[in-house]
Amino acid sequence: MNTATVPRDRVAGYSVTGIREDFPILRTRVREHPLVYLDNAATTQKPQAVIDRIVHYYSAENSNVHRGVHLLSELATAGYEGAREKIRAFVNARDAREIVFTRGTTEGINLVAHSFVAPRLEEGDEVLITGIEHHSNIVPWQMLCDAKRAKLRVAPINDRGEVILEEFEKLLTDRTKIAAIVHVSNALGTVNPVSTMIELAHRRGVRVLVDGAQAIPHMGVDVRSLDADFYVFSGHKVFGPTGIGVLYAKSDLLEEMPPWQGGGDMILSVSFEKSTYNEIPYRFEAGTPNIAGAIGLGAAIDYISAIGIDRIHAWEDELLRYATESLSAIPNLRIIGTAAEKASVISFVLEGIHPHDIGTIVDQQGVAIRTGHHCAQPVMRRFGVPATARASLALYNTREDVDALVAALGKVNEVFG
Amino acid sequence: MNGDLRDLYQEIILDHNRKPRNFEKPAGANREAEGYNPLCGDHYTIWLELDGETVRAFGFEGSGCAISKASASVMGTLIKGKTPAEAQQMYETFRDVVMGKVKPDLEALGKLAAFAGVSEFPARVKCAILPWHAMHTALEGKETAVSTE
Repeated sequence: MNTATVPRDRVAGYSVTGIREDFPILRTRVREHPLVYLDNAATTQKPQAVIDRIVHYYSAENSNVHRGVHLLSELATAGYEGAREKIRAFVNARDAREIVFTRGTTEGINLVAHSFVAPRLEEGDEVLITGIEHHSNIVPWQMLCDAKRAKLRVAPINDRGEVILEEFEKLLTDRTKIAAIVHVSNALGTVNPVSTMIELAHRRGVRVLVDGAQAIPHMGVDVRSLDADFYVFSGHKVFGPTGIGVLYAKSDLLEEMPPWQGGGDMILSVSFEKSTYNEIPYRFEAGTPNIAGAIGLGAAIDYISAIGIDRIHAWEDELLRYATESLSAIPNLRIIGTAAEKASVISFVLEGIHPHDIGTIVDQQGVAIRTGHHCAQPVMRRFGVPATARASLALYNTREDVDALVAALGKVNEVFG
Repeated sequence: MNGDLRDLYQEIILDHNRKPRNFEKPAGANREAEGYNPLCGDHYTIWLELDGETVRAFGFEGSGCAISKASASVMGTLIKGKTPAEAQQMYETFRDVVMGKVKPDLEALGKLAAFAGVSEFPARVKCAILPWHAMHTALEGKETAVSTE
């Protein structure tokens, strides 16, 4: 860690001041302090461009998609399908038909569990996950395994919070019907070597779902170079609206999958005897979709693409190093999760002080962090803590934000001193 | 400490958090209840010894935030020697105070007044109530874990 020699704006052309001006909420004050928003792993703030795009949609284009020959319906459809194409390009999928709109990461995982894995899963078969999964990548598999009398296998992690690859490899068996792995851990920040893990799984003929909710806002994701079979993420964690998410799936897999919800838009023809299902991806988008959400997410993708996801990654990487160094200097602070490869997230505890007390006191200084188990109770159990405090960074955060957190933690120690 | 924080983390709360009173199972305990908040991990077991007329002894164990721990500790010092009906009345008063339902009469509340500031912190109300909720369950003779979520 050599932050002293790193110039403050080492990421060429990265204007964090300009970026911050794009996010109106960052100008608000919290309890008489400027807002310091470090809860980006929970949800990200929205740039004006996204807000404006949604306002414009509802003000000038609102209509239903894929039906109606009138102009507004054409505009709504163009916006919705345009967003699909933007997402395709952003994750480098081969074909826009491989992009299914969902409500979010959770729905994407449930869709794959229901439509891809369930029909293939028999008694005694196995589903493989890792020890750092979010509840959303545990519970759907648990439910499915219970229903099918299949087994949920968990690849263990080491004391740094990294998946032990040898163990992961050993747990890939002839009975494994899917490996569902997180790209970046929301609780610890660990970046899983998903490319290697996918290769290991494919060698055994096992398909892989990657939970990319915490990766997409922070690093370039190329689903084809990863060779991911399924890749899921949420719009609201990547500066888009809530209630919209994405399932990427290879088209040959999607073609094999039955629909998961029935309704309008997912059919070609309906009679009381039989319905013919629509083509992919529409087969998986029953009912009127979240049109404004998809269009807003498209605007968010445009926004980060204009800055450059690699530049964002470099900026955050430097900031994460700075934050790690600054927090480590607090004597009674212990960082939970010290993987060699991390992104965005620092989870920590202060000796003798419960994370909720930390959260309340730093909030009084205008600093928003998350405290609790981060929907990852098995991770908390692994590290023997009931909860942690978590700071998570995004493209608009600065060293000043980190300094404000450190000062606020000083206040915590003062109260409990 | 600024004003609001001092309202929440009063000296009496910090003191009971540092040195919780009755932090063990009483020898004659005949009622037990668990208080558990799965969201933040606050988890306590509380014990009562009822002798037919009063709460003869109180004890608790477990872990959680300063507010919940101090709440359990202060509660114990207040309900010992009281009748179940009186303890029940205190539970209701305490609940109303931390939820901001009544303007607290600080003098009449005594040590409970230290928790009046909690009402300004909606996210922390459940922390303060958790042990009281468990005590209430123990009084009623139920032995299942209670939750304030």
